[in-house]
Amino acid sequence: MKKIFEEHTQTMPALEELPASPSAPRRMTLNMGPQHPSTHGVLRIVLELEGETIVSSEPDIGFLHTGIEKECEQKHWQQVVTLTDRVDYLANLSNNLVYCLAVEKLLQIEIPPRAQWMRVMMTELSRIQSHLVWLGTHALDIGAMSVFFYCFREREDILRILEKFSGQRMMGSYIRIGGLALEPPRGWHETIGKFMKQFGSRVDQYEELLDTNPIWTRRTKGVGFISLEDMLDWGITGPMIRGAGLAMDARKDEPYSSYDKFDFKVITRTENDVYARYRVRLGELRESAKIVTQALEGMPEGPWQADAPHVVLPDREKMKTQMESLIYHFKIVTEGFRVPAGEVFQVVESPRGEIAYYVVSDGTSKPYRVHMRTPSFGNLQGLPPMLNGILIADSIAALGSMDFVLGDTDR
Amino acid sequence: MTHPGILETVEALGETTYIADPAQIVSVCTAFRDAEKFNRISSITAVDWHPAEPRFEVVYHLHSTSGKKRVRIKCRLPGAKPEIDSVTSVWRGANWYERETFDMFGIGFRNHPNLVRILMPLDWEGHPLRKDYPVHGYKYGYSNE
Repeated sequence: MKKIFEEHTQTMPALEELPASPSAPRRMTLNMGPQHPSTHGVLRIVLELEGETIVSSEPDIGFLHTGIEKECEQKHWQQVVTLTDRVDYLANLSNNLVYCLAVEKLLQIEIPPRAQWMRVMMTELSRIQSHLVWLGTHALDIGAMSVFFYCFREREDILRILEKFSGQRMMGSYIRIGGLALEPPRGWHETIGKFMKQFGSRVDQYEELLDTNPIWTRRTKGVGFISLEDMLDWGITGPMIRGAGLAMDARKDEPYSSYDKFDFKVITRTENDVYARYRVRLGELRESAKIVTQALEGMPEGPWQADAPHVVLPDREKMKTQMESLIYHFKIVTEGFRVPAGEVFQVVESPRGEIAYYVVSDGTSKPYRVHMRTPSFGNLQGLPPMLNGILIADSIAALGSMDFVLGDTDR
Repeated sequence: MTHPGILETVEALGETTYIADPAQIVSVCTAFRDAEKFNRISSITAVDWHPAEPRFEVVYHLHSTSGKKRVRIKCRLPGAKPEIDSVTSVWRGANWYERETFDMFGIGFRNHPNLVRILMPLDWEGHPLRKDYPVHGYKYGYSNE
C-alpha cells in the first residue's frame, strides 16, 4: 500500500499532460475507504482503476486493532473468555469454544456429555445467527433490501434465546473453561423447540426471494472466481473453499466436543462463484438447524460442568456451607487456577472458516501467549486475486461472499 | 519426517512439533510441502521468551488437507537482531502472517515481498507484543509506574 501511495504522489502527471483520446484510459487510485457501507467493517482497499475495471487492489487493515492478544496475557485464564467473545463479534460462541477446548486440553480435564452437547447446540445457533447476518447484509449490498429485514427477524429470536441462556444477546461468554457459564435456564427446551419448528419454512422463504430471481443470478453467477489451488496457497478457508468443491470442515475432519455423534452433511458446490457460496451458506443454515434439532431430542442428562474443583467454581450453596468449597472459590477467584506448562493448537470450524487458537502456558495463572489464527485474516489475504480484473459493482458482490468480520481480522 | 534442518521432534497432547534450524527453514518447509503434502500454511506467529536467550521462537503451523493432519515447526532466534528467511516462496499465504509477526515482534523476514506494518500505523515505533512493551503503550500518559 505504501508503494502504491508513493508511486502516485510522485509520478502522477498533470491533467493536461495525459492523453485526451478515449482509447487511452487513465488509471485512477480510488480509496474504498475504511468508512464504507459495503466493506462490512473498517476495511480500506486501495483500488487502482481503469474506467470501472479494477487493475490492482490492496487491502489495508488494522483500523480495529485493539491488542486483544496482548490483553490476554494480563488476565487470568477464565477472564480471557470474555475477551475472546469480542474477536469475532458475530460468532461469539465459536471463539469461546476454541479457547476453552484449547485450555481444557492443557488442563487435561474431561467435559461431561451434557455440557458438550449444550456447547454444540449453542455454537450451531450462533452459526445460524451469523449466516443470517451475512445473508441479510450481502443481499442488502447487492440491492435486495427486504431480505435484510426477514433475516434479522429470525436473528432477533435467536438473540432472545441467547439472552435467556447467558443474560446477554451477543457477548454472552456462555462457554467457559470446564463447561458452561450458567445452568441452562428453565424452559429452554420449549423455547428452542418453538423456534426450530418454524425456522425451516423461513429458510424456504429466503430461497424463494433470491434463488431464481434474475437480478440475483445475473449479479452473482460467474462473479468472484478464485481457483482452488490459489485458495489453498493463500490460506482461504470456510464456505469459500467449500464452494469450490473441497469438503474441508473441521467439524468432520478433526471432530471436537462430540460433533462426531451428530449426523450432518458438509455442503459443497463446484461452480466457485458468489452464487455457489450463497448456496453453501444456505445449505449450512439447514444443516445447523438439523444439528440443533438432534441436540434437542437427544440431550443427555448429567452435570453441566466438569468435575474439577480446582478449575470450576463450586455451587453457590456448597460454597456457603462447606469449608473446602469456600477455599476453592476464594483461590480460583483471587489467584486464578494454574494451567500446566505446554502449548496446544486447537481448531474449530467457525462460520467464516478455520479458527485456531495457539495457546502457550508457562505454568502460571495467566496465559503466556494466546495467538488467534482467525479465518478473516487468512481470507482477506486472498482478496487481490479475486478482485483484480473485475468491475467495481462485481467487487461488492465478491467482498460480501467472502464474509469477513473486521474484529476477526484485526483483533 | 527427517531432514537435516530438523533438530528435534516433540510429541505432546496429540500434536507433533519439530524444532528446526532457522537457517534452513525454507528448505524444511519445502520438504514438508512436497514430500508430506502440507499444502496449507495455517499460521505463522512468534513467542517472546524474554529474558531467556534465544529470545524469540517463530512458530509455523502447517495443515495437509489430503492427509487431514497438522504439524508445528518452531525455531529460536536471538533477541539482538532476529532475522529469518521468509517462506512466502513456499506458500503465498505466509505473506500477511509474516507481516503481522514483524509488526508485533520486530522479527525481520528476508526476501519478503512487502514487509511493512500491517496492524499498527505505518509510523509506529516499537513492537507491541514483546514482553518489555507495556500494555498501555507509549502514546498516552497512562503509566503509573
